Amino acid sequence: MKLKTLALAAALTVAGSSFAPFAFAQGKVQFFPSLTGRTGPVAPNATPFANGYADYMKLVNLRGGINGVQTLVEECETAYATDRGVECYERLKNKHGGATVFQPLSTGITFALTEKVPADKIPMITSGYGRSDSADGSVFKWNFPLIGHYWVAGDTLLQHIAKTQGGWENMRGKKIAVVYHDSPFGKEVLPIIQERQKMHGFELQLLPVPAPGVEQKAIWLQVRQQRPDFVIMQTWGVMTATAIKEAVATGYPREKMFGTWWSGAEPDLRDIGAAAKGYSAVMMQHGAEPQSAVVKEILDKVHAKGQGTGPKDEVGQVLFMRGVVGAMLAVEGVRAAQERFGKGKVMTGEQARWGYENLNLTQAKLDALGFKGVMRPVSTSCFDHMGSAWARVHTWDGAKFTWTSDWLQADDQIIKPLVKASAERYAAEKKLTKRDPKDCQS
Amino acid sequence: MLYRENGQFKTTYRGDSQIFPIAQDRIAIGLLLAFAVFGVPLLADEYLFRAILIPFLILSLAALGLNILVGYCGQVSLGTGAFMAVGAYAAYNFMVRIDGMPLLAAVLLGGLCATVVGVIFGIPSLRIKGLYLAVATLAAQFFVDWTFLRISWFTNNSSSGSVSVSGLEVFGIAIDTPFEKYLLCLGFLVIFAWMAKNLVRGHIGREWMAIRDMDVAAAVIGIRPVYAKLTAFAVSSFFVGVAGALWGFVHLGSWEPAAFSIDRSFQLLFMIIIGGLGSVMGSFFGAAFIVMLPIFLNQFLPALGNLVGVTISTAGVAHAELMIFGALIVFFLIVEPHGLARMWSTAKEKMRLWPFPH
Amino acid sequence: MGFFFEALIGGLMAGMLYSLIALGFVLIFKASGVFNFAQGAMVLFAALAMARFSEWFPELLGFDNKVLGNVLAFAGALLLMVAVAWVIERWVLRKLVNQEAITLLMVTLGIAYFLDGFGQSLFGSDIYKIDIGLPKEPMFLLESTFPGGILVSKEDLYATGIAAALVIGLSMFFQYTSTGRALRAVADDHQAAQSIGIPLSRIWVIVWSVAGFVALVAGMIWGSKLGVQFSLSLVALKALPVVILGGLTSVPGAIVGGLIIGVGEKLSEVYAGPFLGGGIEIWFGYVLVLFVLLVRPQGLFGEKIIDRV
Repeated sequence: MKLKTLALAAALTVAGSSFAPFAFAQGKVQFFPSLTGRTGPVAPNATPFANGYADYMKLVNLRGGINGVQTLVEECETAYATDRGVECYERLKNKHGGATVFQPLSTGITFALTEKVPADKIPMITSGYGRSDSADGSVFKWNFPLIGHYWVAGDTLLQHIAKTQGGWENMRGKKIAVVYHDSPFGKEVLPIIQERQKMHGFELQLLPVPAPGVEQKAIWLQVRQQRPDFVIMQTWGVMTATAIKEAVATGYPREKMFGTWWSGAEPDLRDIGAAAKGYSAVMMQHGAEPQSAVVKEILDKVHAKGQGTGPKDEVGQVLFMRGVVGAMLAVEGVRAAQERFGKGKVMTGEQARWGYENLNLTQAKLDALGFKGVMRPVSTSCFDHMGSAWARVHTWDGAKFTWTSDWLQADDQIIKPLVKASAERYAAEKKLTKRDPKDCQS
Repeated sequence: MLYRENGQFKTTYRGDSQIFPIAQDRIAIGLLLAFAVFGVPLLADEYLFRAILIPFLILSLAALGLNILVGYCGQVSLGTGAFMAVGAYAAYNFMVRIDGMPLLAAVLLGGLCATVVGVIFGIPSLRIKGLYLAVATLAAQFFVDWTFLRISWFTNNSSSGSVSVSGLEVFGIAIDTPFEKYLLCLGFLVIFAWMAKNLVRGHIGREWMAIRDMDVAAAVIGIRPVYAKLTAFAVSSFFVGVAGALWGFVHLGSWEPAAFSIDRSFQLLFMIIIGGLGSVMGSFFGAAFIVMLPIFLNQFLPALGNLVGVTISTAGVAHAELMIFGALIVFFLIVEPHGLARMWSTAKEKMRLWPFPH
Repeated sequence: MGFFFEALIGGLMAGMLYSLIALGFVLIFKASGVFNFAQGAMVLFAALAMARFSEWFPELLGFDNKVLGNVLAFAGALLLMVAVAWVIERWVLRKLVNQEAITLLMVTLGIAYFLDGFGQSLFGSDIYKIDIGLPKEPMFLLESTFPGGILVSKEDLYATGIAAALVIGLSMFFQYTSTGRALRAVADDHQAAQSIGIPLSRIWVIVWSVAGFVALVAGMIWGSKLGVQFSLSLVALKALPVVILGGLTSVPGAIVGGLIIGVGEKLSEVYAGPFLGGGIEIWFGYVLVLFVLLVRPQGLFGEKIIDRV
């Protein structure tokens, strides 16, 4: 009986405490919420991203903040689940004076939040994921797929493959298999690949892998049967490692496997080691950058004082850098907004949005921030929310990644019409009006 | 003392067979509804609406549907997520393909489509029982998940397979503030709960319970198992389909099949087990518990950690949430296997005698 | 033609690996009547323990020998699983004697969540390596008869061998040892076994420990194939149809069911998959089981369900 009263009391406490008011922060800070995937099927890959994000924000504070305004990061765990991501968004959006920008690190959460951010007036940075058509700023006012999206990845990857074959003409008749995550994330890369297929006449074999992708033997047996010339992988989390292991087990040469930028990082490959040698992945601008100035600075100023968010040997790895780049873009957008709305002041979401729309990161600025050799200039505008379309390909040599291509640029002639058409479809479905050029000044 | 029925005489059959025969109950429910409609908006902020109240209302509806199937009719089903998905996608297709389709009609039609699918996947229950049926219904879960990923017609040929709705309105009134969404879900829940309560009190409900308790004996005395089981699946899937449509339209706004995965099915099953099988009240209790527990833990654990001087990492909080969730499930099932509803009725019984012990 | 054999052999071996996990389900159901939904979490927990111990023990105890490290890690993980079994029996099962099947099912789901969280907080949520020396490269048979040869994965072959040895070992354990006989008696009839003096609680600890051992072996093999990470617990969802197809109470059923599901999944994915857009593996096993159950509601080898009124 006592246990039962205890249980009833517990239930009531749960009910009561959920209505408790939430703590408010004091002082002026620029709040950057961080939606993390530290548990669940993508944990090995999403954890370094969150660590890089947090570490760079700490570095910004040590450098003096954004013109004196300190940054504040609060994490909320989503485990890559859309409804948890939405709940984290609702919880964090008004905290600490209001969230500046969200970076959901999940295409599913991005789709859900795209509906909500216009009403809440908080911008969203979705570098390299999310909706590829959100590069069109005339329809998607609040989405910023800065420095690239899936169609840029697909295009640059195909360009690289074509180059290895001696040009697009030699692609005719070749067979490409696409192993992709059976979800909006995986499917988003298909339109550009299919567009290029129409143009250049190669064959496609589409092989969806149901999440979480722990059993892929049948997929790779089919790959073995069809003997495609190349395999493109759009996978994330443990699916990538499993795919490469199955490729080893079925004897498909890793040199012919190419991943998009979420399918080629250390957690996927380090356990396989030498057997994965030759596997390549296209990276939007940055890869593993242990020699870069910003990494050295983070190690000196943050980790040396024991303030590092994650383990030290992670600093400089691919996904850590992605978090650093994400944080840098978030901060620079706020800095740009401060130029207009008041230096040294805390920026609201709306003001930050203007900042992301008018981002002008020259090479000089990037070098000064410590990104020399890591990034190329990024410049957004009212109707172009992507800012740059540069990418490179790196290859695993058994222990680390090395660059195996020059800078590639996605072909705007092909991508822009696709983006425009898709954005217009979205606008028609939602009965949205496209933005007026006059609206760009807000 | 306060809860006695002294002086409350029923003079009509109608009075005798009301859902709430005791006047205090009627007053309490009336006050609760009044509070829900008028009081909550005054006290609740946007986060409370969006993250706790609306999911609670929609998931209670789904839990109610599942309780009809599992609690009242005894057919264990692990495919509830699939039926929610069918409801959501069907409603989406009705909205998108037919111009000017009203929201309510789309949601109800989505529920009807879920009914059809539910009956089809309920046919195995005529042959298969118990745990075998539970795993057989998983076939529904995975097959429906796959269907919505693969057949692009269902997602209006969107390249990514993700669908979204916006611009909801009912009878001309736009539904975009959290409060309006809350009222819409509350309206659905009240009407459906009333329907459910009457169904389970009636003839069909008694047939379901007979099948649950001893299906062979029920067949012997003339209850048709086919009719009873398939109607249980039909009614349950209708409720669950409507809940799924509401979940997609009102709560998420934009979804993909992963929103209705097997985790959702397990979550709903937890709700009715913790809340109490075979009880309408239990579905609400269970839904409240399961919706609020993760959020409560998420707020409470870091605070507790700070109290003790330990900063728990985000991953640590997430892991602790899982552990405490699992441990609490086990604890509740040990302490009260019949769920919170049984605790509630025990409390009510004590109330009727209070201040006397017996 | 060669490709058909490849898919067939691959399917048979994948099926054996599913049976490994299914065995755990069957063992526990036979002896304690509980459908252990936590089996997947147990596989993950055991694999995490082994992976991490094989990293930590060499560091802590200061030696370099990989084989010794693996053996010690295995022993350590086994002890841990026995401890888990003991705790589950003492704190959970003993208090839920005679409850309904669905309550017990939900309790094991609760245990699954608990083990998931506990394992990840103890050992971490990164991806970890188990290296027991299984060769990763494939071998090609009959290259003269079939162009390109028939692909047989050496790793899977070893895994099949280990699984077969485990099954034979378990069968011998059940047939020839007194504990095995006691387990079979409990599986037959709890009350009768109790009345002749078999201590039920100790038997349950033994059964859950054996299931833990099976989970450890399964975790070791799957972990060596896929890497040890949270998603490993989801492999249990692939083993569920195997358990049901074979019948919840039959060990040979788990094996046969595994082989059928493995072959069925692979062949359907490879031959029917391209016409249906791919990805049908995930539901094929379940739909197959559904149709088999319609014909035989107790699975292929399960005990017939007799309802007494």
